[in-house]
Amino acid sequence: MVTDAVGVGHVHSASTGFIRKYIFSVDHKVIGIQYLLLALFSVFLGMALSLLMRIHLAWPAHKLPFLGGGLMTPEQYLALVTMHGSIMIFMVLTTAPQSGFGNYFLPLQIGAEDMAFPVLNMLSFWTTFLSLAVMVSAFFVPEGAPISGWTAYPPLSAVGEQAGPGQGAGQTLWVIGIAIFCAASLMGALNFITTTVDLRAKGMSLMRLPLTVWAWFVTAILGLLAFGVLLAACALLLLDRTAGTSFFIPGGLVFTDQVLIDHKGGSPLLWQHLFWFFGHPEVYIAILPGMGVASHLLSTFARKPVFGYKAMAYAICAIGFLGFCVWGHHMFVSGMSPYSAFAFSLLTMTIGVPSAIKTFNWLGTLWGGRIQFTAAMLFALGFVSLFVTGGLSGIFLAQPTLDLYFHDTYFVVAHFHLIMGVAAIFGIFGATYFWYPKMFGRMLNEGLGKVHFWLTFVGVYAIFMPMHYLGIAGHERRYADTTGVGYLAKLQPVHVFITYAAIITIGSQLIFLFNFLYSLKWGKKAADNPWHATTLEWSVPSPPPFDNFGGKHPQIYRGPYEFGVPGHSEDYIPQYLKPEKVSEAH
Amino acid sequence: MAPTITEHIELIVAGHGGGTDLPAGGGDGDRPGGSRRVPQRAYFTLVQLLLAAIVMFFMALTSSYIVRKGLGTDWQQTPLPPILWFNTVILLGSSLTIHLARRRERAAFRQWWGLTIVLGLTFLGGQLAAWKQLSAAGMFLHTNPSSSFFYLLTAAHGLHLAGGIFVLFYVLFRNWRRSQITQETAADLAAIYWHFMDGLWLFLFALLTLGR
Amino acid sequence: MSRRSPEHGSTSTALALTVFLLFFTAITVYIFIKKLWWFPPAITDEGHEFDAQFFRTLVITGIVFVGAQVGLALAVFRYRERGKPASHFEGHTGMEVVWTLATLVLFVGLGIYAEKGWASVHFIGASPGALPIEVTAQQFAWNFRYAGPDGKFGRTKPELVSASTGNPVGIDPADPNGRDDIVSPGEIAVPAGREVDLLLKSLDVTHSFYVRELRLKQDAVPGMEIHLHFTANDPGTYELACAQLCGLGHHKMRATFKVLSEPDFEKWLQQQEAANQ
Repeated sequence: MVTDAVGVGHVHSASTGFIRKYIFSVDHKVIGIQYLLLALFSVFLGMALSLLMRIHLAWPAHKLPFLGGGLMTPEQYLALVTMHGSIMIFMVLTTAPQSGFGNYFLPLQIGAEDMAFPVLNMLSFWTTFLSLAVMVSAFFVPEGAPISGWTAYPPLSAVGEQAGPGQGAGQTLWVIGIAIFCAASLMGALNFITTTVDLRAKGMSLMRLPLTVWAWFVTAILGLLAFGVLLAACALLLLDRTAGTSFFIPGGLVFTDQVLIDHKGGSPLLWQHLFWFFGHPEVYIAILPGMGVASHLLSTFARKPVFGYKAMAYAICAIGFLGFCVWGHHMFVSGMSPYSAFAFSLLTMTIGVPSAIKTFNWLGTLWGGRIQFTAAMLFALGFVSLFVTGGLSGIFLAQPTLDLYFHDTYFVVAHFHLIMGVAAIFGIFGATYFWYPKMFGRMLNEGLGKVHFWLTFVGVYAIFMPMHYLGIAGHERRYADTTGVGYLAKLQPVHVFITYAAIITIGSQLIFLFNFLYSLKWGKKAADNPWHATTLEWSVPSPPPFDNFGGKHPQIYRGPYEFGVPGHSEDYIPQYLKPEKVSEAH
Repeated sequence: MAPTITEHIELIVAGHGGGTDLPAGGGDGDRPGGSRRVPQRAYFTLVQLLLAAIVMFFMALTSSYIVRKGLGTDWQQTPLPPILWFNTVILLGSSLTIHLARRRERAAFRQWWGLTIVLGLTFLGGQLAAWKQLSAAGMFLHTNPSSSFFYLLTAAHGLHLAGGIFVLFYVLFRNWRRSQITQETAADLAAIYWHFMDGLWLFLFALLTLGR
Repeated sequence: MSRRSPEHGSTSTALALTVFLLFFTAITVYIFIKKLWWFPPAITDEGHEFDAQFFRTLVITGIVFVGAQVGLALAVFRYRERGKPASHFEGHTGMEVVWTLATLVLFVGLGIYAEKGWASVHFIGASPGALPIEVTAQQFAWNFRYAGPDGKFGRTKPELVSASTGNPVGIDPADPNGRDDIVSPGEIAVPAGREVDLLLKSLDVTHSFYVRELRLKQDAVPGMEIHLHFTANDPGTYELACAQLCGLGHHKMRATFKVLSEPDFEKWLQQQEAANQ
């Protein structure tokens, strides 16, 4: 029974009622699954929105039946752009890898019974749920969802209906939804950091933490420090929209020959600084857990220790720290000081170094291994390939002189989809195939998993590689259609190709959905440690009991990636295996 | 005295019992089955992290203030209502009373703690009075950027302080025997937050006064 | 005890992955070498420097791209499960130091080298004799103003903006400097070989001035006046398209950008002046 707001739970007995057990549960495992379900819903919603965008871009003259039999209007297209980005980034990439898998497996991997503050944990999920509800409600208000992109630059996002449909109630709901999300993320970050710092089992020193835990830990620190800034920005934007203030709105604006008289002196650039000070750490929040998962899976399924474990841990920390120093690279052409631009550029190049270290070390982990091509491993391998491709386009964008051409073109769209969207999704898929047996006590179907991998891997490259080429040809982004500008006409066949690829790839995700749901009931029953892995979660039954370790206090005797140690008959030594047991069995 | 972070035995290792922070008159024997142990220092970690997040929020507002002030020509001095000085003294007083409360037991603790709550509420009332005075003088949220920041910063601080007052009530009235931490520890945690709110107000007040 | 799991059957999967990675790498390299989708030709000296820096970056990232994808492909094939035990090594400090330093030098070096191109656009302003052209962006059109023989722009006021009465940028008739200003809606011309100093303004929301052939882009931010200078060398007609989401008409917000020889430019300017009357 747990009673109070700050999560001072004492008896962690199994709750009985359905509501307490599944709805308002304080068990980190249930909460983790709740987050994953929220992300699952959101990713299908986000994909549906992008599918509508792609169909419109490929066949703009095609009447769409579900739009009342008409053509898609620019306000509809831009609303899709805005909500696709917002839902995918906040409700999928910020939730599933961290709040979903992190919630479930952080306590297990460090040997804790639960998160430090279970009630706070429960509150963080339901606050996230509320934020999703508020954001989705923007679709249903009279003027529709906002049209200013997930980046919501003022004055477009600040002046209200004058700037166009969707900029009325829809935009206000969006701002409120995001602000609620900030609060939810802060709550989650508090729990993750405290748990990692204070609840580790005996023997679980920092340098014996699985890299997944390192990633969740640093990600939580990023979230703790970044979301407060976004919350402040949202507060200012909300006041500009509703209370007549002028934080971001300059004076003398003219809309359709009418002068806007109630605002003056504000700075649109101020929003950009605040937003991107949050926004850049946010993209590392999206990808770091995936990097931790990739390291974990590559090691487990190559049956080899992670190459350069210490460097990997330090690289995660370096990426986290430098992630706060590079936000200006989103603002090279914004009117910001060109000298600051140069400084941001060099820092951005520097952050490429720990990323490169991780890539080299992933290859080093594979080198000399005995690779088992499980579905989880395939997604981890795909992650490495996608991370390289997506990361390298960043080298172009990090140079302001090149960004002068590429900013706000499809080259940027290609870059962030590959490095953030797709690579992180592959991290999520890898984590799902790996941990599903532990979470649900059943195996996912490996054959379907492999089909899912191939269709998705080929598909995402087919969708996003051509976008680089569109960008090189100068194709601007966020264009509701491509008939207004002459030089875009001959790029239309590329749009058609991308849309076909998107239809196939998005369709293939139904295979995953089917596998996920079917295996819940009819999957092969899972043993405690089907992958012969080394970390603590595999020492308990699948699924684990309510208090994780059955009242026992686990103890750790070695690092997390002891695979293929010479002189032993088993090719792995779990972290939790007592030393005397090791010499007995080997 | 609240144990420092480095003094703790990790309860999860020590198992049941042991450690220096069991609730007085409680103990594991009272609870059926196994009991979860979250070490006391985790609560201190939580409060420190919370303060870090709050600092980032107010730093964003502060840098917005500085940037906005430096731009354009429409920055007009907002005359600060003198009651703010009174409010500041009240809040400083409340930090003193909460400090005194922590050094006392039972009835004396409750009296000083209660006085802190009263002073906190007085501060909030005083802030509202300051708002009233300012709006009577024709300065509203939207009047000019200086007034916008005045209302925004005082409101943001006030909301966080109100949260603190809620926590003070909670420390006073919750049944601490059924908790993993003692009322003493809870009071220590609340006091850290309270002193921080006091310091934050001093910073914001200085910003508003000097940056007028 | 070695573990063999037939369902993780190595060779076919490894082969498929290797082949796909190599194929994908090859296609990508081919597309870049053949320039199947490419930039339009640059028309300024800085534009050519851009192309050179792009090429340098492409070569370096290309080598890393090919190396990493091929390395992954090779590792996947060579080290597939074949019943042999894995090698056991946990790192190699020497190699790690080497590739860390190499990456640092390469990336930061590339960044420093790129500074030249950035400096010529933004660290240095336009030279004193450059032709000033005011660019006013609005939802959803571009209007351009030339200063006329006096070389001075007349004052503008937001409340005077009126597209319907032919004053789209809001020139104040009370200011004598504005009498000879020439406004060209939707079309900008610059003389070939002469430096131009653009002054970017916006009436309502943030827009962005983007001409591919110049290899330049600059946001036009309301409340700010931002300079952008260049010298276009090659006569022709090009497109200017807005590159910052500005509302419903963002995709239609284009203008014509002309580079004309000096005599043609003078003629063009006279035509605009006549149209203003």
